[in-house]
Amino acid sequence: MKSKVLNNSKTFFKKLTSNQIIIPLLALLFLIVFNLIRDPGFFEIKVVTNTSGHTVWNGNLMSIIDFGSELAILTIGMTFVTAASGGQDISIGATAAIAGSIIARILTGADGRAPQGMEGSLILAFLVAVLACVLCGAFNGTLVAYFKIPPMVATLILFTAGRSIASWINENRNISIVDDKFMIIGGFIPGIPIPTPFFIAVLCMIITALVLKFTTLGLYTQAVGINENSSRLNGINPKFIKLLTFMILGLGAAVAGLIKVSRTGTCNYAGLCKDIEMDAILAVALGGNALGGGKFNLKASILGAYIIQFLTTTLLAMEVPSTALPAYKAVVVIILVVFSSPVVREKMNKLSAYIKVKTAKNVGKEGEN
Amino acid sequence: MANKEILKMRNIVKTFPGVKALQGVDFTLREGEIHALMGENGAGKSTLIKVLTGVYEKNDGQIFLEDKEITIHSPEEAQKNGISTVYQEITLCPNLSVAENLFIARDGKKIKNWKKMNKESEKLLQSLSIPVKATEQLANCSIAVQQMVAIARAVDMDCKVLILDEPTSSLDDNEVERLFVLMNNLKARGVGIIFVTHFLDQVYRVCDRITVLRDGKLVGEYEIKDLPRVQLVSKMLGKEMDDMADIKSDEKVYTGENADSDVIAVEALQSTAGIKPFDFNIKKGEVNGFTGLLGSGRSECVRAIFGADKVVQGTVKKDGKEIKIKKPLDAMKNGIGYLPEDRKNDGIVGDLSVKDNIIIALQVMNGFFKPFSKAEAEKFAEEYIKLLNIKTASSETPIKSLSGGNQQKVILARWLLTHPQYLILDEPTRGIDVGTKVDIQKLVLQLASEGMSVTFISSEIDEMIRTCSRLIVMRDRQKVGEIKGEDITQNKIMSTIAGEN
Amino acid sequence: MKKFLAMLLVAAMAVACLAGCGKKDDGFIHVGIINNDPSESGYRTANDRDLKNTFTEANGYKATFNYSLKNDEQIQFAEQMINDGVDYLLLSAAATSGWDTVLKKAQKAGVKVLLFDRTIDADPSLYEASIVSDMDKEGQTAADWLKAQKLDKYEVIHIQGVMGSAAQIGRTKAMDAMYAQGWTKVVQQTGNWSESEAQQIVESVIASGKSFNVIYAENDNMAKGAALALDKAGISHGVGKDVIIMGFDCNQWALEELLKGNWNYDGQCNPFQASYLNNIIKKLEAGEKLSQKTVIMDEKGFDASTITQADVDNYGI
Repeated sequence: MKSKVLNNSKTFFKKLTSNQIIIPLLALLFLIVFNLIRDPGFFEIKVVTNTSGHTVWNGNLMSIIDFGSELAILTIGMTFVTAASGGQDISIGATAAIAGSIIARILTGADGRAPQGMEGSLILAFLVAVLACVLCGAFNGTLVAYFKIPPMVATLILFTAGRSIASWINENRNISIVDDKFMIIGGFIPGIPIPTPFFIAVLCMIITALVLKFTTLGLYTQAVGINENSSRLNGINPKFIKLLTFMILGLGAAVAGLIKVSRTGTCNYAGLCKDIEMDAILAVALGGNALGGGKFNLKASILGAYIIQFLTTTLLAMEVPSTALPAYKAVVVIILVVFSSPVVREKMNKLSAYIKVKTAKNVGKEGEN
Repeated sequence: MANKEILKMRNIVKTFPGVKALQGVDFTLREGEIHALMGENGAGKSTLIKVLTGVYEKNDGQIFLEDKEITIHSPEEAQKNGISTVYQEITLCPNLSVAENLFIARDGKKIKNWKKMNKESEKLLQSLSIPVKATEQLANCSIAVQQMVAIARAVDMDCKVLILDEPTSSLDDNEVERLFVLMNNLKARGVGIIFVTHFLDQVYRVCDRITVLRDGKLVGEYEIKDLPRVQLVSKMLGKEMDDMADIKSDEKVYTGENADSDVIAVEALQSTAGIKPFDFNIKKGEVNGFTGLLGSGRSECVRAIFGADKVVQGTVKKDGKEIKIKKPLDAMKNGIGYLPEDRKNDGIVGDLSVKDNIIIALQVMNGFFKPFSKAEAEKFAEEYIKLLNIKTASSETPIKSLSGGNQQKVILARWLLTHPQYLILDEPTRGIDVGTKVDIQKLVLQLASEGMSVTFISSEIDEMIRTCSRLIVMRDRQKVGEIKGEDITQNKIMSTIAGEN
Repeated sequence: MKKFLAMLLVAAMAVACLAGCGKKDDGFIHVGIINNDPSESGYRTANDRDLKNTFTEANGYKATFNYSLKNDEQIQFAEQMINDGVDYLLLSAAATSGWDTVLKKAQKAGVKVLLFDRTIDADPSLYEASIVSDMDKEGQTAADWLKAQKLDKYEVIHIQGVMGSAAQIGRTKAMDAMYAQGWTKVVQQTGNWSESEAQQIVESVIASGKSFNVIYAENDNMAKGAALALDKAGISHGVGKDVIIMGFDCNQWALEELLKGNWNYDGQCNPFQASYLNNIIKKLEAGEKLSQKTVIMDEKGFDASTITQADVDNYGI
């Protein structure tokens, strides 16, 4: 009886350790324990009434799920791109800035200001932004898939030019939209105490899960990333699959741009989603996915995104000095990424196998005694 | 000619984990001769070359250069000893001029004086009758000229032994002719040339001697005049001409409906892979095969039928009706399956599970929006794992951790699952254990008796004789004959391959 | 032989180029303007628009504009403009060093150099005048204003710009002096000029439960993010409310927040240097001598209790 329980727990443990998600889970656990020791108040959630008179939940955990949303959404697309093309898209921050600028432009009209509420259709604005971002993705994807340019290089073009395009869309104006309805997207739905961006992120995850369930996208992207030749000989069109992943990422950038603009009602093209591409790549790596393409674990990637936000919030709570902030972040990231690297994982597997053998031997010996 | 022996390799042994690549091979090269090194895939040609050029270290044996024993640890050392190699792919810098390519990384002094360098290069090129200016940028030259420049560079570095590794595979007939002129030119200067190629005609055009290797062992060294083509082929394949034991199977033959009609008929098909247009047909329930030496174009033919290479001309008919095959999916939808020659690079999807590797082709045919449920996929996988007796821990095991034979069975399962009318198996038995080989051959005959048409390609003539009722013979990327029924014998196959009637 | 010919050609081109460097005489004053990229910030956009509105043919100017955020590119532009024979070179340098050679060249060619917005590390004899903002003064004005509010306590959340930028250094300095004199620095953290980073900083402070009554943000965007965090937590801010909000740059929408009383203070960073430049050129053309080499622009600090719609229209960028 006892041994059966032991065996069950053993197989469960084995399943868990062999699963890729163990790495981000461990990182999360580490951050939670660290904060519990540092200051248990970190996790406190206060129920407050906001200025608009609605009850909302407030606290670090809420900040994490709120501000991690854009990153989580972009990480979904980045995971696909990484899996299929074996490279990363570094232009998504700029693409999101383009989306934000288009939305701002359509909502404010010619003068760049909408002090009395939106001056255009939000749905139209969003659809145009989606179209533009998917086109940006298609541009990147075409360069990568059909012209065989390495993803980093191909996306460098929009990385450099994207924010200039964004500023040109609004003729370099500083945008301001004052509209309670518009602000719901980046704020709160009246009566619901959890920030809307989190729901949008969850919606994106559900849609992705449905797409993975009802299409063969997952199988195809992985097959293309692992062995392009063989995929082609099995009837898959590897070029199109790569193109498709970049377009999906573009779609994510449009959603992220919408959330960002809606948070403040301003559109700061130079700073909007700045450096988010690096965080998204990091999230994919933290999820234990090979950056060289192939198999992926989307859940682990998304968890990775929230861990990065968790880390940022933790560092803010620790009041790390401004000048040292990047250094702190870098150190933690290096540790996490090294631990999630396939090499270390292999070593860990070997180690655990070794320990297992040893304990088995010991148990055997004990049995003899 | 009693020429001096400049290079002697004696009792060379090279082993890799699990493989004896060279087992006591001797090789002798004389001054001013062109010496062909022949052998089928895995015979040990390239291993021998790599030992000689210092890429690999030999485990045993001796190398003598002009009667002095030498040890070679690196390609640089080989070069210093006067052993130069020119590979099939050009390893020069296309963005530099011909002269710069001739002198780069050789002599620091010379490259500082451009005028002198160009002049010397011009002299060298002229002396070898290479039709190019020293100042021309290399990228602007034809592949043949680039090849020649590479040779000139090698020769100019006091070369005694020149190794040409498949130098002609990307050249057209005229260019090959020019290369031969250069080779004869060098021969006259006393350079010993080792010529590795799989074009039989070319061997008999320029070579003085042939050394044949097979399965890592020396078969023999022959004067070209003493070794007729058919003998060469039989030595390479390891079958004596009169080793005639024809073991035609007594398996059942398909006699059902439409037994005599063509399932697939191909006319004047040509792809970008460099094969001459060919005709081909296969009847319902027939097993036929493409045979020929390695590189003869047999794989390229079936790749063209499957749409794996871009087709430039020709028609494909299925059951008498013309079909368009532009990409593999078109072929698959027309009931064609293709197990590729290169299992690792074209066959398996390494990191994916056995299950995914089995269902992938059927899944693609099923469509992007109709994924199989987990249960369906599992059912398919289990069924075929059992049917083909695939040894795997579970259907979730990554295919790359399976043995070669079991990987091949998974690929076979993948195509059987699509229930093709016509199945192409390109080297399905390469690199797998004997038991699995027999299993696969039996399976092929059984499938055919049930009405499936199969094209079977194997480097092992025995297997072809045992399974095929008709053979298409390829030589130098061209279909050169067809052998049917009772005619399928070792003798007939080898003489057709060799081009002697 | 070919190489020799090529060298000859280069030499010939150089000569032709030198010969072409003569002044043009068409009645216009030719100015070459080298600026940072207008898409850099709202400030730069306003600055560029102001310059374009002033240096027009109607005002007697022919102006060429070149933009770059990189010093070496800017230097190339400058050489080009000197070769083209401009009368005045107007320069907002990307970096402070590396300008000596090209400015000496300008002096030799008789091109007068005016610096705007940013100074450089070069001998003052190499340029006629520099028109600059005094970031230290901006910070000092803001700190003085805050001091004049005579609060019972000063507990400040200080959100800094990108660390090391001139604006950040200037706007931080006066406040640091105040903290040394007894004001409480609740948190001082960089928001990298970004709304959402500032918002996260303030949310983090709110979560920690520390008390504060002033948010000093070094630009408007970060002030906006901070205000959002307060709104979310239901903490009131603005004139007569719990928390004072201070920002910089005078974006139009920011001044409107002041007008509504949601914010308390906005410091100007005056991007309108064109009129100053115009005046100096007019003086130099008339042969007058300049009374001072460095001109520091007037910069206002707006108080929510005194701001008017006219201010918003005039000073909003």
